[in-house]
Amino acid sequence: MRLTCPLCGERDRREFYYYGADDYLRRPAEGAPAAAWDDYLHNRDNPAGETRDLWYHEAGCGQWLAVMRNTVTHAVLAVDLVAPVAQKRGRK
Amino acid sequence: MRYSGFKVFTEGLFGNKGWRPAWRDPAPKAEYDAIIIGGGGHGLSTAYYLAKNHGLTNIAVLEKGYLGGGNIGRNTTIVRANYFLPGNSEFYSHSLKLWEGLEADLNYNVMHSQRGLINLFHSDGQRDAFARRGNAMVNQGDDAELLDRDGVRALLPYLDFEQTRFPIYGGLLHRRGGTARHDAVAWGYARGADQRGVDLIQNCEVTGIDVENGRVTGVQTTRGAIRAKKVGIVVAGRSSQVAAMAGLRLPIESHILQAFVTEGLKPVIDHVISFGMGHFYISQSDKGGLVFGGDLDFYASYAARGNLPMVEHVMEAGMTLMPMIGRAKVLRSWGGIMDMSPDGSPVIDRTPVDGLYIDCGWNYGGFKAVPASGWCMAHLMATGQPHEVARRFTLNRFATGHLLDEEGTGSQHNLH
Ligand SMILES: Cc1cc2nc3c(=O)[nH]c(=O)nc-3n(C[C@H](O)[C@H](O)[C@H](O)COP(=O)(O)OP(=O)(O)OC[C@H]3O[C@@H](n4cnc5c(N)ncnc54)[C@H](O)[C@@H]3O)c2cc1C
Ligand SMILES: [Zn+2]
Repeated sequence: MRLTCPLCGERDRREFYYYGADDYLRRPAEGAPAAAWDDYLHNRDNPAGETRDLWYHEAGCGQWLAVMRNTVTHAVLAVDLVAPVAQKRGRK
Repeated sequence: MRYSGFKVFTEGLFGNKGWRPAWRDPAPKAEYDAIIIGGGGHGLSTAYYLAKNHGLTNIAVLEKGYLGGGNIGRNTTIVRANYFLPGNSEFYSHSLKLWEGLEADLNYNVMHSQRGLINLFHSDGQRDAFARRGNAMVNQGDDAELLDRDGVRALLPYLDFEQTRFPIYGGLLHRRGGTARHDAVAWGYARGADQRGVDLIQNCEVTGIDVENGRVTGVQTTRGAIRAKKVGIVVAGRSSQVAAMAGLRLPIESHILQAFVTEGLKPVIDHVISFGMGHFYISQSDKGGLVFGGDLDFYASYAARGNLPMVEHVMEAGMTLMPMIGRAKVLRSWGGIMDMSPDGSPVIDRTPVDGLYIDCGWNYGGFKAVPASGWCMAHLMATGQPHEVARRFTLNRFATGHLLDEEGTGSQHNLH
């Protein structure tokens, strides 16, 4: 599997560190109930099919990436920068 | 039909015409007292112990493919009881004791071979950690011996002791650890359950779970609706999909783990060797193939096949540890879908739906757990109460903080 980083281009999977499902982007508000934190940290849809997860371009540009991919076929459908500022910069 | 040496002998004399299928192939009934979803190791052992220990025989195992086609037939067959944390320790200890009586109990040759497991260590700090683990094992009533470098050299002279990155300081020897023939375990339990009246229904995929007023009432399948007041979900890597049929969202992420086998060789590796620092472990099957593997590919996947970076990594680690295997030819590699939990430990528990139970989260270590998991899941389904040795395998422990983090790396999906 190779990922096409919006900044660096197509790169070997080994350059990236896998973090997990993009649930991590939906952090509960400070006063949210414990169940919301449990959901955020532990519970997952874990789909067999299309998913969106977070990867860090550790051996490249150091950006966090949101990757749309298929967990059954390993096809990579889209790779976007996570940080909105960086996202704008990368797309101009 | 009872299997025995005498039976093999007499069948040999009469052209082997007397052998019969080891289990029936029944059509599903409209209703059972209990249904187990998933005909892997854990589902079959659950059915077996429900029948044997609790007298529940009007039950069915529903398997979407064929018995033993999942991880139970894809693993590297290591059986051990070298856990450290209370909660895990007593469970795996119980499992190993069941393994030791399994062939007699099932009247089936599962080729359980207690050839000894050696976990290598490579620094003073790691030695201390292993000494502590060994003490925990001994306190649990199991066996452990700390070997120094010469002790390891006497048993495994072919290792590269001088490698500069991970010089070998010693190992923790667990003599009762070893291997078993994986699919024979599934077949043995299947036959035992069938003989006690359990219906094993293959090519029967569960597509829905019926819930009325918070109680389970049955399942929908590709072979029709089947009613039951008790349903157990025992589907390993597919746990999230099946639980979602009852509206549950689990603390599980599915990952691939790969394994490899070489051509058959003369006996050369007598033990199971685990080289944790290199993410590599190896044993030799009774057929002669070197069976080895490493770590997860480390991203969520249902592909049941891995990627090349991990193949390369495992081969490199193997060559680092024992350069002699470099000339063996790799015959096959494959992957299995692992139900990874955030703390690396399993779940055997009730769910918020009455009558619906779940057994999942086996990570990459559920083969050795097959006997005790079935034993405890059967106890839970029959009595409604958790079994003593599995009482910490709760579904809500991530919310309450009662983690079983054996590796001490934290409760996060990408760390185990
Ligand atoms: C490469 C590899 C190496 C491993 N090595 C070891 C090891 O050395 N030691 C060890 O202890 N463990 C090891 N494991 C882990 C161990 O194999 C698993 O934890 C264990 O087998 C999982 O439980 P199971 O046998 O019940 O799973 P499975 O055999 O996967 O059973 C689950 C069953 O559920 C069925 N199913 C799924 N969805 C449905 C549905 N909707 N309806 C009906 N049926 C369904 C599947 O078809 C499958 O047959 C390894 C795993 C792999 C992949
Ligand atoms: Zn990049």
